[in-house]
Amino acid sequence: MTVALPSAVASPRRRIDLSLPVFAGFALFLCVLVILPLFWLIVYAFSDGQGSATLANFITLFTDPDLIDPLTVTMTIASAVGVICCLIAAPMGWLVARTDMPAGRIVRALVTASFVTPPFLGAIAWEILAAPNSGILNQWYRELFDLTPDDVLLDIYTLSGLIFVIACYTFPYVFVLVANALERIPGDLEDASAILGAPMAVTARRITVPLAMPAILAGALVAFLQAMTLFGSPAILAMPAGFHTLTTKIWMLFQFPPKPGLAAAASLLLLVVTVILLRAQSWILGRRGYTVIGGKNSEPRRVKLGVWTVPALVFCFGLLCAPVFLPYAALAKAAFSQTPYGPLSWDALTFDQVRAAFAYSATQLALKNTFLLCVLAATIGTALALVISYLAARQAVWGHRALGFLATAPVAIPGIVLGVALFLAYTRPPFVLYGTLWILLLAYLTLQLPSAYQQLRASFHGIHPELEEASRILGATRLQALCHVTAPLLRAGLISTWCFIFIGTMRELSAAIMLFTADTKVVSTVIYDLNEGGDLGQIAVLGITMLIITFVVVSLANRLPAFGPGRG
Amino acid sequence: MVAAALLAIGLGAGVARAEPPAASPVTPALIEAATKEGKVVWYTSAELRAAERVAKAFEAKYPGITVQVERSGAERNFQRIAQEYGSGIRVADVLESSDASHFIVWKRQGWLAPYVPEDVAKYWPADQKDPDGMFATWRSTFSPMGYNTKLLKAEDAPKSFADLLDPKWSGKIVKAHPGYSGTILTATFEIARDLGWPYLEKLSKQHVMQTQSATDPPKKLAAGERLVMADGSEYVLTELKEDGNPVEPIYPTEGTPFITGPSGVMAQAPHPNAARLYQSFVFSVEAQQLIVDVGAMRSLHPLVKEKAGRVPLKDIKAMKDDPQAVESQVEAIKRKYTQYFRT
Repeated sequence: MTVALPSAVASPRRRIDLSLPVFAGFALFLCVLVILPLFWLIVYAFSDGQGSATLANFITLFTDPDLIDPLTVTMTIASAVGVICCLIAAPMGWLVARTDMPAGRIVRALVTASFVTPPFLGAIAWEILAAPNSGILNQWYRELFDLTPDDVLLDIYTLSGLIFVIACYTFPYVFVLVANALERIPGDLEDASAILGAPMAVTARRITVPLAMPAILAGALVAFLQAMTLFGSPAILAMPAGFHTLTTKIWMLFQFPPKPGLAAAASLLLLVVTVILLRAQSWILGRRGYTVIGGKNSEPRRVKLGVWTVPALVFCFGLLCAPVFLPYAALAKAAFSQTPYGPLSWDALTFDQVRAAFAYSATQLALKNTFLLCVLAATIGTALALVISYLAARQAVWGHRALGFLATAPVAIPGIVLGVALFLAYTRPPFVLYGTLWILLLAYLTLQLPSAYQQLRASFHGIHPELEEASRILGATRLQALCHVTAPLLRAGLISTWCFIFIGTMRELSAAIMLFTADTKVVSTVIYDLNEGGDLGQIAVLGITMLIITFVVVSLANRLPAFGPGRG
Repeated sequence: MVAAALLAIGLGAGVARAEPPAASPVTPALIEAATKEGKVVWYTSAELRAAERVAKAFEAKYPGITVQVERSGAERNFQRIAQEYGSGIRVADVLESSDASHFIVWKRQGWLAPYVPEDVAKYWPADQKDPDGMFATWRSTFSPMGYNTKLLKAEDAPKSFADLLDPKWSGKIVKAHPGYSGTILTATFEIARDLGWPYLEKLSKQHVMQTQSATDPPKKLAAGERLVMADGSEYVLTELKEDGNPVEPIYPTEGTPFITGPSGVMAQAPHPNAARLYQSFVFSVEAQQLIVDVGAMRSLHPLVKEKAGRVPLKDIKAMKDDPQAVESQVEAIKRKYTQYFRT
């Protein structure tokens, strides 16, 4: 041993160690990616129209009742969505990951379906379903019980309606985090608890829930932040409901005459809220160790549901009606009939909408652009998030805390504001990218980075460095250890992160709407334009097309043997 | 000293331009120069199908010149131009906006070039073209009222803005928001000027369903979500009606808000000749007929034929448009509206 050790330590020196330059390169890229738009945001927030420094924007923000109301509404929505998402997604994630419930794959696929649905498309579908007068569900309700036109079952144009729709398309964030985390918890800890005589409930309370807690908290946080900065659903539903959220208010601040300073100040406020929440999260998690994957592992044990199988299935599929079955039924009807509102009949069946959607000159270009951008953003974003979360989790470089913060900061910037910030940053030297797909790629990377980073960081929390240390002792550089040991262990996490970014990019609207040009259209902006013209049928066709593309790509990604044999 | 001299020249130029610049005919030299440039970039907020048809018609008439259609909402384009010019990017050749007050701003910034197409000089009324020849109304539309014909009989439908204050319409009205829509901003200005703010204050007590875009109320009407719309884009309503939806416009007895959408050539257009050729083309009978037929808009060109089944322009009592006043009162209109409607 004393003879072997020096040679093992010496061997890395003989090879060229690319770790440092590669890591430094990624860190630098991250800095440019995030700091440049943030810089312009801060400049705008603290200056008046003429360019001199002022605090006027912040004073207006906290004194104008027109801005305080949206602020409280936004916080109410975000908190409610965060809680609801956890209540729905955590049990569903547990059922899929840790029980013998059948159809787990189908549930996962359906959650993916709700995830890929752009929030504004979901809101449009729910308008068709649950608008108080014209909504299909309300019409059925009145017919079924022979009621007057003033009787309403569901009203989507309310605060609770908006919270419901946002939760529908935000809970997948929590589900994916929780299901992945639960899959990584080995069975031996639970077995030990059971052997020591603890009943199932106690095991769940003392072992499973605490081990899943980092993922649940991370999920609640992501859900809160997504709901806080979401523009799509409020854009459709908030105004008819008679209130503003901060994002619809910010959108209004960009209308003529634009007040970008005030909008930037409002965004900085969201950023501060985010920082506080992240602090709280690391404070809660920081007190405990959660390493569960070491060199010796046992497969997770699946709980036998027995008589609870049917209720579990009813729970999952019943809940999935809201984000998937009902809205897509409404969209399918819109896609294959002349008008989305009339009664359902075979005579009304038509392919006109499908034909019109694909004949429209922008559609094919947009589909091509979207696909290209999704693949690029997902691949680069995953690599970036992997390196950053590695550096942060292993505290490998000086300033790893700052890196973690930078990777998370964009979550607080509403897409519309980021769109403007990117426009400001990349229309002047040294990076003139406006009018190219690159600026969209940067926007998507910046926007998707936080959830990708959060997800991989949660994965890292569960992996003990002992395996990496073993490979480093055997002479691997940090980069080699990351590529050959850590990444394969994270395989499930990496693939789901890739899919996360792919889908997130597919459904992103608010930044793209600020940055697209004629040659760089994407599907979501085409849908937005079609919505202005009221072409609901074509919107539905494109929405369904997006869903199909995503499914093909996601299922291919999950079969990819990219990192050697997976762990099941 | 130099500054004073420049100022004097500037003033002199201003005085000298009391007469509008002369009409510019489409000459073979212009066509040749434009063809050499090969391209024209058109920022427009016109409805997509109509915009693409106009562009295609131009490309067919002048082979070798492609039209890049940059279609987005008027406010979005306005903001984009400001961003681009603020960053030294000069992409746009010809600008078109459904919000006429934008042109007041652009003209003030000195971003527009004087250019008067022959059709404009010959046929356009003086109040629909800029005295300095920087722009003219390319298309126009109304913001009428409307009702759902399946849920409401024609004789029960309201006839005037004042009718909407009847308590029986409480909870039945949909309208768009001046904070988001340039069309509704103009409409709100005209209504507040002609009927007074107290009318809007009373209307706000009617539990009105509020939407953002001017294109939304006609859609909500077609869906049967509300019985009556208080404002919204006429062309969307017309298209929905002609597609077989149960909607019908109402041109209120007090007058209907009139919305103009001007077009102008950029002073720093990267394709200056193609820009001028295109500006001449979009005001021709041919292009004007397209925006009426395909886009369901209104044209000021006297030779354009109205489509059967639509109420002709001359039969509608239009409220007077006044972009200059709108531009100076934007903030006040929005603040007052928010105060009453609380959104």
